Amino acid sequence: MAVANLLVFARAIASGTIRVVDLTQTLTPDFPTIVLPPEFGQCAPFRLEEISRYDERGPAWYWNNLTVGEHTGTHFDAPIHWVSGKDLPDNAVDTIPAKNFIAPAAVIDCSREAKADADFLLTVAFVKAWEKQHGKIGAGSWVLLRTDWSKRSYADYAGLRQDGAHTPGPGPEVVEWLVEERDVHGFGTETIGTDAGQAQHFNPPFPAHFYMHGKGRYGLQCLTNLDLLPPKGAVIIAAPLKIKQGSGSPLRVLALVSAERE
Amino acid sequence: MTEPLARPRRKDPLKKTRLPLNPQGARSRAAHGLTAAAAEGRFVLQSCADCSAVVYPPRDACPVCLSPRLPYKDVDARGVLLAETTVRSSTDPYFRERTPWRIGTVKLDAGPVLVAHLHGDTKEGGRVRLGLKLDKSGAPVAIALPEQDTPHMGDDPQLRELTCDPKFRRVLITDGRTAVGQAMAKAFSEAGSSIIFVGIADAWKPFPGMDALRGIERVEIIPLDITDSESVLEQAEQNGGRIDIIVNTAEHIRAGGIIERRGINIAREEMDVRYFGLMRLAQAFGPGMRFRGADGVNSATAIVNLLSVYALMNWPTYGAHSAAEAACLSATQSLRAELRSGGVRMVNVFFGPLETEWFQTVPPPKVAPAVLARAVIEALKKGLEDVFVGDVAEDVRLRLAVNPKALERELAG
Repeated sequence: MAVANLLVFARAIASGTIRVVDLTQTLTPDFPTIVLPPEFGQCAPFRLEEISRYDERGPAWYWNNLTVGEHTGTHFDAPIHWVSGKDLPDNAVDTIPAKNFIAPAAVIDCSREAKADADFLLTVAFVKAWEKQHGKIGAGSWVLLRTDWSKRSYADYAGLRQDGAHTPGPGPEVVEWLVEERDVHGFGTETIGTDAGQAQHFNPPFPAHFYMHGKGRYGLQCLTNLDLLPPKGAVIIAAPLKIKQGSGSPLRVLALVSAERE
Repeated sequence: MTEPLARPRRKDPLKKTRLPLNPQGARSRAAHGLTAAAAEGRFVLQSCADCSAVVYPPRDACPVCLSPRLPYKDVDARGVLLAETTVRSSTDPYFRERTPWRIGTVKLDAGPVLVAHLHGDTKEGGRVRLGLKLDKSGAPVAIALPEQDTPHMGDDPQLRELTCDPKFRRVLITDGRTAVGQAMAKAFSEAGSSIIFVGIADAWKPFPGMDALRGIERVEIIPLDITDSESVLEQAEQNGGRIDIIVNTAEHIRAGGIIERRGINIAREEMDVRYFGLMRLAQAFGPGMRFRGADGVNSATAIVNLLSVYALMNWPTYGAHSAAEAACLSATQSLRAELRSGGVRMVNVFFGPLETEWFQTVPPPKVAPAVLARAVIEALKKGLEDVFVGDVAEDVRLRLAVNPKALERELAG
């Protein structure tokens, strides 16, 4: 029975009845990474160093060594990433149960609001209004914040000004509410972090990290193509690299979308 | 009067590029005392410790009293041009291409007579000052300069052959995000460079001075991150054929020694910027520059590397930083040898703490970015190879020459 269903599933992908949407940014050296004050440790940007390219270093083959941080490019945040989740069981990318890497998504479109205000914050009221239209967010569902931020120039994307980054994100109370009242799987954004650019000034600072990881939930950031997803019904495949006690990892994020939904 | 240099015409793309040749460059061990002085822009000759005779050419024993004690000492460089001649044909491949070439004999006030290259503004029988310079092969030679500076004297073809004058040359400043990079861009613009390419990494990160940098005449901002091999290669592919001077302003300065640092991430960044960064630049731009070492008025001429003077002796207050600088210094010595066949000079500019945020808690004296930039221009105009800027750098140089072990202990505090 299960085998038959999986074959139907595979055929649906092959035939295009189920669309596969790539939510991943290409790893390039110049894609913005998070910027911390210079006296802190920094996340390594993506770098590629050729080993050989059909030349004297390896005549018939092309390959590279690469450098990344765990939080470079489109990446996954595990609970161990934040101090609030440091003592939870199965909190690192190598110990998270593999089934947790596949989950449905609710996509909340804030692109209009974010366009009008780079510091737009998602609120409980906003989510409740969204639920009125699309139905309640199911337990175990990713909540993905569509801001169309991924379509911006790198400078606008990073949004750095003299008082820090200005990028949209969730306010503190909505993150807590999503975890406690909706039992969500995790929170995903198009921006560099799951938190808003100014979130170090919130109470608590960086609430998406603090609440999500504190309750063993996950994060996805630097997503793209969220505008190609329906508000509900997409299934997200997001499996990070199996790094021993890793706090996160760059990864390929795919969304499965039933074509009939369009 | 030196004929002012005309802005070079655009290169005829149908013409073959003239390949670099070097004059004969072998020197005796004793003669390398002149190499060291020429590299720093000093004028020295051997001076007998026993009978005080000033000696030239360099020898192993005093020709007057046979003493082997012949240290180099600073000597008055002034004298009289006794006789001159103009070489109109030569069997030497390098000079063949550069005739007519004036040479002459100069009688120094200090005693010896030297054969020297002649600046156009010198006259037979007239007073001159001698300069020791490194020629294209890196060997020390003397050139007789007019007693007083004359207008456009740096444009003299024989002198320009011995210098790396930035006038009408095209410059790449590798990092314009820093105060030093910006001061450098301004200085090269004022020195008459034709184009000043200024590399900016991570253009999405704003930085202080961005607008002023853009406003400098003939500055062209280009994307360049010397920690990214692909980015360096891309720039070399795009602009490598028209870069005559590279000034590597990319810096990574963090205080602290080795034990107190947790892990090697910062050290890796230091090495990535300073050591691997220079390596990336050299691999990407080096071959093109070496090829263009004799390509007319705006031939490729120099790579300038800015170095902490603590590359020469570790200052534990900035201990890990000093170690990365030492690695960078060692790389420049290899590069110097590798670039020599193309007549391209590797200029090392040493300085102590800078008047910038990363040396905020260090007491003066500190080197202001504008002072450093002026020193680089001056060094290129004079054709120097080793430059010490500011009191701290000069002090380290002197103490190192006297007693390296004492310096090590003193820097340890």
